[in-house]
Amino acid sequence: MKIQEADAKGLLLAQGLPVPAWSVARSPAEARGAAESILATGADRVVIKAQVLVGGRGKAGGVKLAGSAGEAEAIAGQILGMSIKGITVRKVLVAAAADIVKEFYLSAVLDRAARQILLMGSAEGGVEIEQVAAERPEAIVTVHAHPHLGLLDWQARELAFRMGLGGHLKAAAGIAKGLVRTMLACDADLVEINPLAIVREAGPNGTTVERLVCLDAKVTLDDSALPRHPELEVLRDLDEEDPADVAARAAGISFIRLDGTIGCMVNGAGLAMTTMDLVKRAGGEPANFLDIGGGAKADKVTEAMRLILSDPKVNAILVNIFGGITRGDEVALGLIEARAQQVRDVPMVVRIVGTNAAEAAELLRAARFETAATLDEAAAIAVAASQAARA
Amino acid sequence: MSILIGHDTRLLVQGITGREGEFHSRAMQEYGTKIVAGMTPGKGGQQALDGTVPVFNTVAEAVRQTGANTSCIFVPAPGAPDAILEAIGAGIATVFCITEGIPALDMVPVVEAVRLAGARLIGPNCPGATSPGRAKVGIIPGSVHLAGDVGVVSRSGTLTYEAVQAMTDAGIGQSTCIGIGGDPIIGTTFLDVLQLFAADPGTRALVLIGEIGGAAEEEAAAWAADHLRDIPKAAFIAGRTAPEGKRMGHAGAIISGGSGTAASKVTALEAAGFKVAGSPSELPGLLRAAGYRG
Repeated sequence: MKIQEADAKGLLLAQGLPVPAWSVARSPAEARGAAESILATGADRVVIKAQVLVGGRGKAGGVKLAGSAGEAEAIAGQILGMSIKGITVRKVLVAAAADIVKEFYLSAVLDRAARQILLMGSAEGGVEIEQVAAERPEAIVTVHAHPHLGLLDWQARELAFRMGLGGHLKAAAGIAKGLVRTMLACDADLVEINPLAIVREAGPNGTTVERLVCLDAKVTLDDSALPRHPELEVLRDLDEEDPADVAARAAGISFIRLDGTIGCMVNGAGLAMTTMDLVKRAGGEPANFLDIGGGAKADKVTEAMRLILSDPKVNAILVNIFGGITRGDEVALGLIEARAQQVRDVPMVVRIVGTNAAEAAELLRAARFETAATLDEAAAIAVAASQAARA
Repeated sequence: MSILIGHDTRLLVQGITGREGEFHSRAMQEYGTKIVAGMTPGKGGQQALDGTVPVFNTVAEAVRQTGANTSCIFVPAPGAPDAILEAIGAGIATVFCITEGIPALDMVPVVEAVRLAGARLIGPNCPGATSPGRAKVGIIPGSVHLAGDVGVVSRSGTLTYEAVQAMTDAGIGQSTCIGIGGDPIIGTTFLDVLQLFAADPGTRALVLIGEIGGAAEEEAAAWAADHLRDIPKAAFIAGRTAPEGKRMGHAGAIISGGSGTAASKVTALEAAGFKVAGSPSELPGLLRAAGYRG
């Protein structure tokens, strides 16, 4: 699960990491109020950042500076309601604009191949790390946290030195350890600070001091761990969720809406992806990825059918079930019930093999469903039906 | 011959008295697997599967009394990491964890403990393995198999059944079929399984079924290019049409930052001499085209 920058910063702050103060505004007036308080503390300017769960908001014009409360209100007015990669901006983060001396990159990520937590740092911050990795891989330094003991002090120090942060050793090592702590505390797949920055701040008696701070934060949470983190589940941003996603999650169905016209209902993630691939190969476009999971009963099948039909683009449906734990006759009963309830009549082809496939075939024949023996055949029938519906 | 499980397998089922555990234990027993013990804390002394299998309170006790050497875990996600650690602590050599939904960071210290113990973990979130005609551990329907000499390794569940059924229908039998699991952190990788198959005299051809996400297929392909040049190999990769940034059901199946794409996996496999199928139904034909005579 992705969470917003403001929420990610809250998680870092809770682990004691240095994150400059911010507030979140949902209207231009709120942004003005936030800017007023920040400017009153002596800041020259404020930064206003769109809160959306997609990358590239800076390039899209979703991050801007303002020199006065009035300007902050006007800029928030422009950013709120703006569409970034199809997502409407509903809130902005307002913070004091930092006086940046140098930007770095630091992240902790689950390294699948090594089966450990990987720390990645670079003195080239503020740009996309994928770009640095592709162009100058030597500019990225890495270290794996110990699988039982976590990130050791010497590892954190070494990382800091190699990133060129020897001048801020204590702060940098503390932040590196804090990222791992955040990851473990929240069951995160990724905790990323980009940029981690040395900033110039007002010190005592008119002097200035330099400090290492987290200016941005990106945290991705492990969906499998959310059941034990109710405090993190509430960070789910329903503003950016399709109502179908919410319904699918409630029903325990894995569902992703796509752009095509052929609705797919399958048991198992790998087989669901394969079904999509074969639809595409037969000349059609899948409307969704949908995995009803193992052992699905009739009620889950009817809910899955509701999800598929909630997409007006769907003009044909392919059901592909390989019974193992899932019983074919249960699925067939669900399909019959779903068709009795559904508001829209869409051509459907059903392929059920494996456990209780014979019973399923009998039920489907009696209810006059179109069936297919193989997945390739089912895909061809669904694509033909979709093309006929469009013509 | 076969790998991981066979005639010598003496199976312990952890969570045998649960709904899933009991259902699948029955299917394993019907297939001919020697289930020597069950384990559910607090139910020691009971008998499972119609009085045929003794239940123990601890794995250590089960091992002491029955000589169990392999475990299959149906314990729910919150208790599954501990179940794996208990199994290896009692000296079980091969552990299959069927459980899905274990948080990835729970598995990081567990796979390290398994490595230090010199044991082998398959999964989690895997369907298990079958050595047709010998033993079946996990949830793969026994009916899809035919005994033979093709090794099958897959990251998926039902997609594996689909592919294996296609082989069986074409008269191509399997030495062992193994599902390694769809989670980001798993105990046994494609590469590990290819190395086991390479050392098995009963395996004369290979089928690899991968999916988008991670780089495990590429890693396995690179090794196969050097070590498995001369045996017939076919593969299928699911998720050619999956969009970037979306997790396709399995926690491991996601394309991010341009890595983990189907195209990269297909290229690596083809370079290693695998014939890559556009549909699971093409696997038998491609195996024969690669020189398989069986």
